[in-house]
Amino acid sequence: MNSSRTVSSHFKTPLLETPFHARARDLSQVDSFVAWAGYTTVDVFTTVEQEYFAIRNATTLFDLTPMVKYRIAGPDAVPYLNRLATRDLAKLKPDRVAYAIWCNDAGHLIDDGTVFRLGENEYRLCTAERQIDWLLDSAIGFAVTIDEITADIAALAVQGPTSCAVLKAAGLLGIEKLKPFEIGYFSLSGRPLTASRTGFTGDLGYELWMAPDTAEANWDALMAAGRSRGIRAIGSQALNIARLEAGFLSPNVDFVSAEHTIRTGRDRSPLELGLVWLVDFDKGHFTGRRALLAERQRGPRRQLVGLDVIGNKPAHNALLYAAANGKREIGSVTSAAWSPTCKRNIALAMVDAPYFQVGSTVWAEIYLNRELVWERRMSRAGVVERPFFAPSRRRATPPAEF
Amino acid sequence: MTPQSGTTSQSGTTSQSGTTPQSARTRYDCIVIGGGHNGLVCAATLARGGRSVLVLEAQSQVGGAAVTREFAPGFRVSACAHLLHLMPADLMRDLKLESHGLEWSAQGMPTTALIPGAAPLTVSHTGAGPDAAAFAAYSERMRRFAQALVPLLSKVPPRLGTSGWSDRWALLGLGWQIRKLGRRDMRELLRIGGMNVFDLLEEHFESDALKGALGFDAVLGTNFGVRSPGTVLTLLYRLAAEFAAGASAMSQPTGGLGAVCDALAKSAVALGAAIRTASPVARIMVEADRTVGVELESGERIAAATVVSSADPKSTFLKLLGPRYLDTGFVRRVNHIRARGLAAKLHLALDRAPQFAGVGAGASRGRLLLAPSLQYIERAYNHAKYGEYSSAPAMEITVPTVNDPGLAPPGKHVLSAIVQYAPYALKAGWQGQRQRFTELCVDLLDSVAPGLRGSVLNSELMTPVDIEREFRNEGGNWHQGELAFDQFFMVRPVPGAAQHRTPLPGLFLCGAGCHPGGGVMGTAGRNAAQQVLKTGSAI
Repeated sequence: MNSSRTVSSHFKTPLLETPFHARARDLSQVDSFVAWAGYTTVDVFTTVEQEYFAIRNATTLFDLTPMVKYRIAGPDAVPYLNRLATRDLAKLKPDRVAYAIWCNDAGHLIDDGTVFRLGENEYRLCTAERQIDWLLDSAIGFAVTIDEITADIAALAVQGPTSCAVLKAAGLLGIEKLKPFEIGYFSLSGRPLTASRTGFTGDLGYELWMAPDTAEANWDALMAAGRSRGIRAIGSQALNIARLEAGFLSPNVDFVSAEHTIRTGRDRSPLELGLVWLVDFDKGHFTGRRALLAERQRGPRRQLVGLDVIGNKPAHNALLYAAANGKREIGSVTSAAWSPTCKRNIALAMVDAPYFQVGSTVWAEIYLNRELVWERRMSRAGVVERPFFAPSRRRATPPAEF
Repeated sequence: MTPQSGTTSQSGTTSQSGTTPQSARTRYDCIVIGGGHNGLVCAATLARGGRSVLVLEAQSQVGGAAVTREFAPGFRVSACAHLLHLMPADLMRDLKLESHGLEWSAQGMPTTALIPGAAPLTVSHTGAGPDAAAFAAYSERMRRFAQALVPLLSKVPPRLGTSGWSDRWALLGLGWQIRKLGRRDMRELLRIGGMNVFDLLEEHFESDALKGALGFDAVLGTNFGVRSPGTVLTLLYRLAAEFAAGASAMSQPTGGLGAVCDALAKSAVALGAAIRTASPVARIMVEADRTVGVELESGERIAAATVVSSADPKSTFLKLLGPRYLDTGFVRRVNHIRARGLAAKLHLALDRAPQFAGVGAGASRGRLLLAPSLQYIERAYNHAKYGEYSSAPAMEITVPTVNDPGLAPPGKHVLSAIVQYAPYALKAGWQGQRQRFTELCVDLLDSVAPGLRGSVLNSELMTPVDIEREFRNEGGNWHQGELAFDQFFMVRPVPGAAQHRTPLPGLFLCGAGCHPGGGVMGTAGRNAAQQVLKTGSAI
């Protein structure tokens, strides 16, 4: 597909198509597309259940081309990234990936993303939101160049317990040796391809990065190689259940970027989001450090926690209370789903102190629509550890044969 | 403490020698970066508060932009501002500047408007022709407004959005000052506060010459034309500072403005501060997220738990400290500070005293304005908007040698003029344009002082680019940052550093980039020192 044509006629085609779009269009049975970061992408191909079970039992292809990608390079790339992000990225070795977050001056989360070290002074940052202004303002005084390269790279997530076997069958020699968060360079029928053992499912899986003009050929080759191992294209709905089981946060769902909030008190800090493990106070200065130190001293007023809710009705958007009488409101659910693998009714929720301690009990106000009659349930919920699902196969190297 | 040898000011001159690193102390309580008037006031106040203080000045003499220096053999002049009218009388008294050698060549100097082709107009309470009554009423009201705003200048601005009672009291106090004016005056102040000076003066006066002279004060040293919004604020600000400075406000120190800083330096040294000249600071050192001292360009390191910078905020944060010790949002704000200069300084060495047409002996001792109407100023500003210098610039002119013959060889004279407008980023580039602009200015001066052209022995034009280079202030702005609503009071220079404290513990600002801003005032230095003394024990 020709992205320059669609860019120049943006008023006619407000959403761009990814290099995999023609294949997705062919496979879509329910014609359900959604806008994601300026691209049209698939929400559901067939049914959410089929696609979800493919993630946990076979192999899935998910087009993540719209993931915003920045190339960060230059002699100051390391100090730049270490001033931007809260964790110590000086420790990140070449051909490794790190999950990272970055904050504004007030220590409130702007976004999370993955940092790929592709060379001595060359990095790639993958994020959910466009934020070139923040990245460029962060570059004042640093010898780095920052370019958005989203459209230059087609990206495909290959996730599921048989994903390694599928990639091996497709001809990615040595893919089984790739460790979690490692980057490897392969070729698929002579087409160069970069693979990283990363993903958003909490399962065994890889992300493939390729030139857009090789996208369709690679898709076809993977589909052919995976036929006997249950390969299936998936949309964002199935992925959303998997990421919730894995305990991953979704931007604009579980938190709103501090650069986008309008109302006071809607920003979230890493301490509140349970991401304090990503904050290294000893590595030197980074944006938000002084504010986060002060917050650490005060202690967070609220925290994002995992909930295990009684019953089987997902607690979508539920308000949370300290007791079943619903008098004292103490928070709300940000993400909820019935977890088919855990057989638990799980949720992520923002809960006020002191109710966020693991082991506390809270009450979720769940509304059910039963053939246009609304019913209200007060369901008991326990604060539990995250992630809800963490199979050992996600880390096993080499992964099991299928 | 006793001053180090070689650190005291040599009597009667502006030059000082730097100490050698070997003999220097390597640790102080406080280091003040920059030996301009604000740095010196700050150092003196800190020393009086019991701190050991070292002032580090990059140039070979103290003074910063308030310096007197030779621009042609035998001819000396105040390099930037050439009149002292904003420094509070109590500050000068507290630091005993007169007993440290400060003398006056002239005080209470008159202002005269030069009108090409017509008789000049002396701006004063008594004589303003058909506008006499209006002028008296206007002056009286502006004086009341200025008086109400005076307390605002002498205080560290409060922080907004905090729950601290001292901040709330300060805001309430400011509101009370304005309310205290009474209903009519308060309403008028709030009405004109955001206006432009052109419209304000049109409301009051008939005479173009009077309006031009009064309007020029609102835009002198700024990036504005008389029709720019916010120019009433800059005028009120100037009047408030002049009011605080006292009755004899407009004055000329003997030996030029540099003499003020020489006296300040002696005062600081007498109070125990040490001063090292020719010691440019390369960077502010940081350890464990606080300042620990400075490193000089020579590589020498001097330790101090408190570093107070009188350098402009952009240079302080982006060059001396560096963005890596600051948060992105803060750096973004600092980067957006508007600090481009639009005023140039012209110095002429003259063979004889200039004869301004129609100007008597008394008036020629004072301040001469070449801004014959508001339209003239606005037209001059038009060029600057498009990156050109004015084809008919407005000027504030003094002939300092009339009052202080010692600045030139016997019988010779110096003319000093602030010339507007001369943009920092001249479209054509100053290279090659400097001489043309000088010629243009001399021609203009010749038209109001016939024969002046033939008496010019030598000339110097300091464009904003030259001012930036010589005084190390980013953008060459006279006030280390434009004086405008969005860079004023509680947001000067930027939120997060408007109380002289900076995000980095131990680092403070004391220059004109802080509230209450520029002009040779010294208040920013004094306020900063008080903030350091107040905060000091807590950190």
